[in-house]
Amino acid sequence: MTPLVLTHFTTTSAIGTGLAETLRSLQAQRTGLAPCRFETVRLDTHIGEVSGVDDERIPATLAAFDCRNNRLAQLGLRQDGFATAVEELARRWGKRRVGVFLGTSTAGILETELAYRRRDPASGALPGDFHYRGAHNSFSVADFARHYFRLEGPAVVVSSACSSSAKVFGSARRMMAAGLIDAALVGGVDSLCLTTLYGFHSLQLVSPRPCRPFDPARNGISIGEAAAFALVERAPDSLDADAVLFLGIGESSDAYHMSSPHPEGKGAQAAMLQALSTAGLQPADIDYINVHGTGTPSNDSAEARAVATVLGSEIPCSSTKGATGHALGAAGALEAVICGLALQHGVMPAGLNTTAVDPSLGVNYLLENRRQKVSRALSNSFGFGGSNCSLILGRAG
Amino acid sequence: MESTPDMSLGTLLTARVRGIGLLGPGLHDWAGAAQVLSGAVPYVPCATVLPAPAALPAAERRRTGTVVKLTLAIGFEAVNHSGMNASELPTVFSSSGGDGNNCHEICQTLASEDRQISPTRFHNSVHNAASGYWSIAAAATPAANVLCAFDASFGAGLLEALTQVVVEQTPVLLVAYDSGYPEPLRTVRPIPDAFGVAMVLEPVTQSATGSALTAAVRPLARITATLTDAAAEQMPDSQLEAMRVAIPAARCLPLLRKLARGESGRVVIDYLEAQRIAVEVSECR
Repeated sequence: MTPLVLTHFTTTSAIGTGLAETLRSLQAQRTGLAPCRFETVRLDTHIGEVSGVDDERIPATLAAFDCRNNRLAQLGLRQDGFATAVEELARRWGKRRVGVFLGTSTAGILETELAYRRRDPASGALPGDFHYRGAHNSFSVADFARHYFRLEGPAVVVSSACSSSAKVFGSARRMMAAGLIDAALVGGVDSLCLTTLYGFHSLQLVSPRPCRPFDPARNGISIGEAAAFALVERAPDSLDADAVLFLGIGESSDAYHMSSPHPEGKGAQAAMLQALSTAGLQPADIDYINVHGTGTPSNDSAEARAVATVLGSEIPCSSTKGATGHALGAAGALEAVICGLALQHGVMPAGLNTTAVDPSLGVNYLLENRRQKVSRALSNSFGFGGSNCSLILGRAG
Repeated sequence: MESTPDMSLGTLLTARVRGIGLLGPGLHDWAGAAQVLSGAVPYVPCATVLPAPAALPAAERRRTGTVVKLTLAIGFEAVNHSGMNASELPTVFSSSGGDGNNCHEICQTLASEDRQISPTRFHNSVHNAASGYWSIAAAATPAANVLCAFDASFGAGLLEALTQVVVEQTPVLLVAYDSGYPEPLRTVRPIPDAFGVAMVLEPVTQSATGSALTAAVRPLARITATLTDAAAEQMPDSQLEAMRVAIPAARCLPLLRKLARGESGRVVIDYLEAQRIAVEVSECR
């Protein structure tokens, strides 16, 4: 594929609101995970909650979009001059030539969960202040973003569970290549809610401790939330050396099980191989792998086998979910932005909370930050339904 | 409002339609529905009839709800019609709301004293549940995209599928579908019944795949999509028009009517509030 450039990017998660705080947390190896105090949820688990989400005020004209997910989206969009960059992009190309491609798994389902507690005792009706389109529907976050920026180009939400906001890069690339748009706002937003907290609990996939990906004693995920965004444009003739390029992408399906990965990571292998192929790269060209690394026994062993098979056992890798928690539908975009920081600042982030690396996994998992030039990074995102996506990002120079 | 000219595109979003699957209220398969949509036989309303998902192993079959039964039926109908191999086709699934009943059950449990939701309900709650079951049933390992664009979900799915066809130069299975919610969500999102359409699209540059083309697998038509300011076409039959408006996936109906009538020419289908999609339909020669 022709490389594209991420002209702006930003992220807001449990380890930081905006890039500067996120980078400081990564450099200090600080986790954002804390015991769960969310809403009325009483589960023995740790979560990666973003502070200040519910202090965010949605403009009155967009009141029908008010929900935790869109508050988190807006908080994220306001960081790092990102909103200004979107407005400039729309002025340059026209509001119909900028597409919106966002990933989410939760959208604003929390609003529906809360509305179900306030049903009319006689009729069973939902309260009058519940907005289906602006909060519940999966499209609500992209709908909100395009109204927030008054964009009129193609817009869509990708909702393929935990690969959602990695796959948006592929949809945006294709629509740019087909000439329908000149630039794309891509990203992901997922927010804490009862469905995911109790749902992953019901599958016994949640750890009571902060998650420990790739540890021999790993026993489940820690759920997080995040907003992460990037602007994707065609690369100009000359670029700053530390400009971040979108070089390759691979997408595949396990065709195996709804909620368990293929034990040998066959779909994961296919996604990584295709990402290398579209980027025109060899395994040796990859300097750092941001693994999906959820911290469940089965994900990490399947992913490690796939990584070792495709990329070998030497390339440094880590999961940043020990820091941020698993941001589910926002994980792909969040971890793409973390790779962007790794590329620009020459830091490979450690996998936090993990005290030893499971020797059966056979990969070079980082327990401490490594300061070293990173020219190309591969990021894995895998989800329920056997949906796999691998992204390759690189420095321009 | 006066419409402005269509936007020019860098690449023509052109594909051949190789197969169609359809299920909806009073529409039991593509062959029968084509008779209704072309006006040859009258539309007779009745609730959507969902076949059991024979392609799934028994253990998986027990866990499936409306949208899985719906999408497996129309997906296999379209693929069989195309003469292609389901396991080799990338897919684009697009739906406004996914499995409405499953969502209601989870919200009801979470609002109760005992919030323990069932693991099956939870993994069926993801928007890509139907896509996941399809990949298992069809042993399909290529890319599967899963989209939502509220009322624009059919148009968004069609654009994604066409961009895959022209950019990746691959055939694609598009599956657009919706199911109704039970109350109380039904009042705030009144989708009356389940409806789904599946289309196998292939690049126009692609030579016939697999065995020699028989009459049964000859492409139905060639389609080219552009964005437009023009208004979406309506269905002449008032009941079909009511279905088009009420169910997001049924926004495809004017295009299917054109294909059913074997007509060439332009048809405008609904998409986002700011823009619609104009589809130029021509015969495959």
